[in-house]
Amino acid sequence: MIPELGNFLLIMAFINAIFLGVLSFIGAHYQHQGLMQFSKRASISIFALILASFVCLTISFINNDFSVAYVANHSNTQLPIHYRISAVWGAHEGSLLLWVLILTGWMAAVALFSKSLPKPLITRVLGVMGFIAIGFIAFTLFTSNPFDRVLPFIPIDGSDLNPLLQDFGLIVHPPMLYMGYVGFSVVFAFAIAGLLQGDLDHHWARWSRPWTTVAWIFMSLGIALGSWWAYYELGWGGWWFWDPVENASFMPWLAGTALIHSLAATEKRGVFKSWTVLLAILTFSLSLLGTFLVRSGVLTSVHSFANDPVRGRFILVFLGIVVGASLLIYAIQSSKIRSKANFGLFSRETALLFNNALLAVVTFMVLLGTLHPLIQEAFTGDKSSVGPPYFNLMFSIFMIPILILMPIGQQINWKQESMKPMLTKYWLWAISSILIALAVVIIMGGIEPMALVGTTLGLWVLAGCAKYVLAQASKSTSFTIGVKKISRSYWGMLVAHLGVAVTVLGVVLTSYYSIEENIKISQGETVQVEDLDVEFYDFKNTEGPNYISSAGSFRIYSEGELITDLHPEKRKYNASKMVMTEADIDAGLFRDIYVVMGEPLDDGAWAISVYYKPFVRWIWLGSIFMALGGLLAVSDKRYRQRRREKKLTKSETTSVVESSGE
Amino acid sequence: MNKKLVLAVAPIVTFIILVIFFWFALEKDPKKLNSNLIDKPVPDFKLSALQNPEHVYTSESLPNKLFLLNVWGTWCGPCHIEHPYLMKFSQQYPVPIVGVNYKDQARDALEFLEKKGNPYSMVIADVDGQLGIDLGVYGAPETFVVDSDGKVRFRYVGVIDDRVWNSKILPVIEQVQGYPLEQVQKDAAENDSEGMK
Amino acid sequence: MMKQLIATIAILMSLQAFAVIETYEFKTEEQEQLYTDIINELRCPKCQNQTIAESNAGLSEDLRYIVYQQVSNGSTKREILAYMQERYGDFVLYDPPVKPSNYFLWFAPLAVFLVILIAVLLKVGRRRVKPEQTGTEEE
Repeated sequence: MIPELGNFLLIMAFINAIFLGVLSFIGAHYQHQGLMQFSKRASISIFALILASFVCLTISFINNDFSVAYVANHSNTQLPIHYRISAVWGAHEGSLLLWVLILTGWMAAVALFSKSLPKPLITRVLGVMGFIAIGFIAFTLFTSNPFDRVLPFIPIDGSDLNPLLQDFGLIVHPPMLYMGYVGFSVVFAFAIAGLLQGDLDHHWARWSRPWTTVAWIFMSLGIALGSWWAYYELGWGGWWFWDPVENASFMPWLAGTALIHSLAATEKRGVFKSWTVLLAILTFSLSLLGTFLVRSGVLTSVHSFANDPVRGRFILVFLGIVVGASLLIYAIQSSKIRSKANFGLFSRETALLFNNALLAVVTFMVLLGTLHPLIQEAFTGDKSSVGPPYFNLMFSIFMIPILILMPIGQQINWKQESMKPMLTKYWLWAISSILIALAVVIIMGGIEPMALVGTTLGLWVLAGCAKYVLAQASKSTSFTIGVKKISRSYWGMLVAHLGVAVTVLGVVLTSYYSIEENIKISQGETVQVEDLDVEFYDFKNTEGPNYISSAGSFRIYSEGELITDLHPEKRKYNASKMVMTEADIDAGLFRDIYVVMGEPLDDGAWAISVYYKPFVRWIWLGSIFMALGGLLAVSDKRYRQRRREKKLTKSETTSVVESSGE
Repeated sequence: MNKKLVLAVAPIVTFIILVIFFWFALEKDPKKLNSNLIDKPVPDFKLSALQNPEHVYTSESLPNKLFLLNVWGTWCGPCHIEHPYLMKFSQQYPVPIVGVNYKDQARDALEFLEKKGNPYSMVIADVDGQLGIDLGVYGAPETFVVDSDGKVRFRYVGVIDDRVWNSKILPVIEQVQGYPLEQVQKDAAENDSEGMK
Repeated sequence: MMKQLIATIAILMSLQAFAVIETYEFKTEEQEQLYTDIINELRCPKCQNQTIAESNAGLSEDLRYIVYQQVSNGSTKREILAYMQERYGDFVLYDPPVKPSNYFLWFAPLAVFLVILIAVLLKVGRRRVKPEQTGTEEE
């Protein structure tokens, strides 16, 4: 009964979403209080319905209801309970339901937390989100229903969740990533609602900003979690592969990053309005495009779902309607947008313009690289590939100017500044960055030109953050007072930029100075890998809940001193018969030691891989900083203050004195 | 004004092109690769015959007329499915099929042919897989159509059944030979009737 | 990262996630480095989207062995990549060659950026910044 209930709830949500989509626009157009009130209630009830439906699917998994095809294909009685729950989103159908759940969750949040906004606007926003919900619920119901039964022949046991997914990573990564992916629908809806109303004043930017930042926080963490998961789970030490599916999530992140910056300029200075609106549309369009690429099978990816053209066509049509309609509205309405443009070449506006131009070009580059094989095939009929060598090179080329500009951009004034005094402030910091980078690179093991450039840039951005704090402090009578005067949103920016620096350093150092060695080793033997001694001291066959494992035990010594004791495993899963390696990692702030079991060789020895990966943790540490920066920015008191003030004055023109530095 | 219009309309135009493009891309199978050998001769090789390790085959040993080159192995599941079809086609059509026994144990392969019949006019034993790599093989079974000049004209990756034979292989053979389908089938019919006499 | 989004994925039969570890011996460190570079740039023709270094398909194993042999015999990277390209086409090259059909791929991003750069410099650079009227400024 429970799957039928879940299906029924899903259908109810679908009907509600249709009402929401249609009635919102009518209500907003005629300013009908009752209908506008309805749209809020409908949004919340759709979320409740989807949540209940999602719970039904989860219960089916917990109860091992193998009469449900989706459960039978992706679970197993031996599967531990926490993986049975996360298996709900372990494959296409369920993860789509999670997508819808999160979308409606954002929708309910907009309905709940926007009391201070004009009603017609918020009604239109909910209407737009309702339309997106219609499409995705329909997609779930008609092409990928997770509640479909396998009757009359119910399997006795399920065919198990893919062992790769039986991991903590599956529990956290998809929900986090989807929060970001789907969260961009809010700013998208704001943009469309604003365009429809034809008044995109600076309020529009201010209201959309926190929503965008929150989505961006989730997305940053989601991508980082995925990278970290791939790193420890796949067993070849890689953390980013430029696979189409990774690119699918990276493109909206890049566009979203650009959007955060252009929203700042639009809010504060009223510039780039029409570009910001377009960017808001493009960011969510890239999320939808990503969903299409991942779920249609149009590209070959390690992650792609089984190739099903029906699903592909469905999303493509939906993508065409949503994005096509919004770009059409943009084409018609954008001429009405009036931007200010009172700034000089050397100003923060220009810096943000370059930031946006560069991020947009990088996004374009990733899109081009991802789609190029398809374009190529359409013209020549031959398959081709675009892989890491292309992306790494191109990405670096455009990252260099971004990083050079970052410290200057965060310091420079709005409107106009003279160039010379600004540059004289920086030359010392620039030279110190180069010198320290040189020292770092030499200590790490030798001068690689690109490593030197990357390290310098990472340090340069760090220096920029420090310089900013010092500059602010020097404006006040004492250091602490000066520092206290820096607003939360500025701290947010600084911490996020610090995160970029940390990630850059991690990426550069781990890429150029990692050691990877495949060795042959027998039990009792000690083999030298560069500066490390690896001792294979024990071997055991053990049994896990749903697998058999062969585990080796290794002691790692450096200069005779024991640093760590690692136990990598090789597992064979009972249900799927799949073999998996479980790497064991000694994680550290400055280096990871990573050991993987390979195959047993003829003479009883084992082939194992030993990796030494310096600064690899910094890659993910940086994203934590970025997310933290975002959090600081949204917690800035001006958002709260405004809300309070608005309640008091009920006036549309709020001009709160900005804290210092803005 | 004009520039503004262009900037407003450019995104939607680009997008529409992209969607149309995706629509057609959906039809394509992302896993099928084209052969790089089309219109090039079969690569040189020097390998022994499956049935007689002493006997060495080279490109010279290949038939002087149009033939099919079929890469197979007993380890390959789909090859087992394909085998009865190859038996049928080899009896119905006067097109020799040359087998390349790819990365297989000779004993297994011989037993397989013994039990299920031998559709091949000759079987080349490519034990270490070098010929397979030279042919650009990436998934057995693969079948190449080679013309009378010894040039590869077509490659099909996957199981050849009746549908594939009629829709893919036969039209290519027809086109390469330059005479129509009936002729080929008539030949086959004649052979059959001769056999019956 | 994200062999990850794996999360969202019905996994394909062909994807087995155990690392492939071979212990080939090389004469010099340069050769070993060359070998690692090359196997990380060649795409496994039968896999979904993996390098021959990552893939444990039989074919990848054979191709790695060929790369190993050729590296040991002193072949250059260019020669080895050409050998593979000749057999499997451009598909196996993760580093797309710079040739006319790839010009757009390689140069379009840079061209787009230059156009934007020039447009901005021309437009903003020529602009006279007006002193802002007092009072009406919005923050």
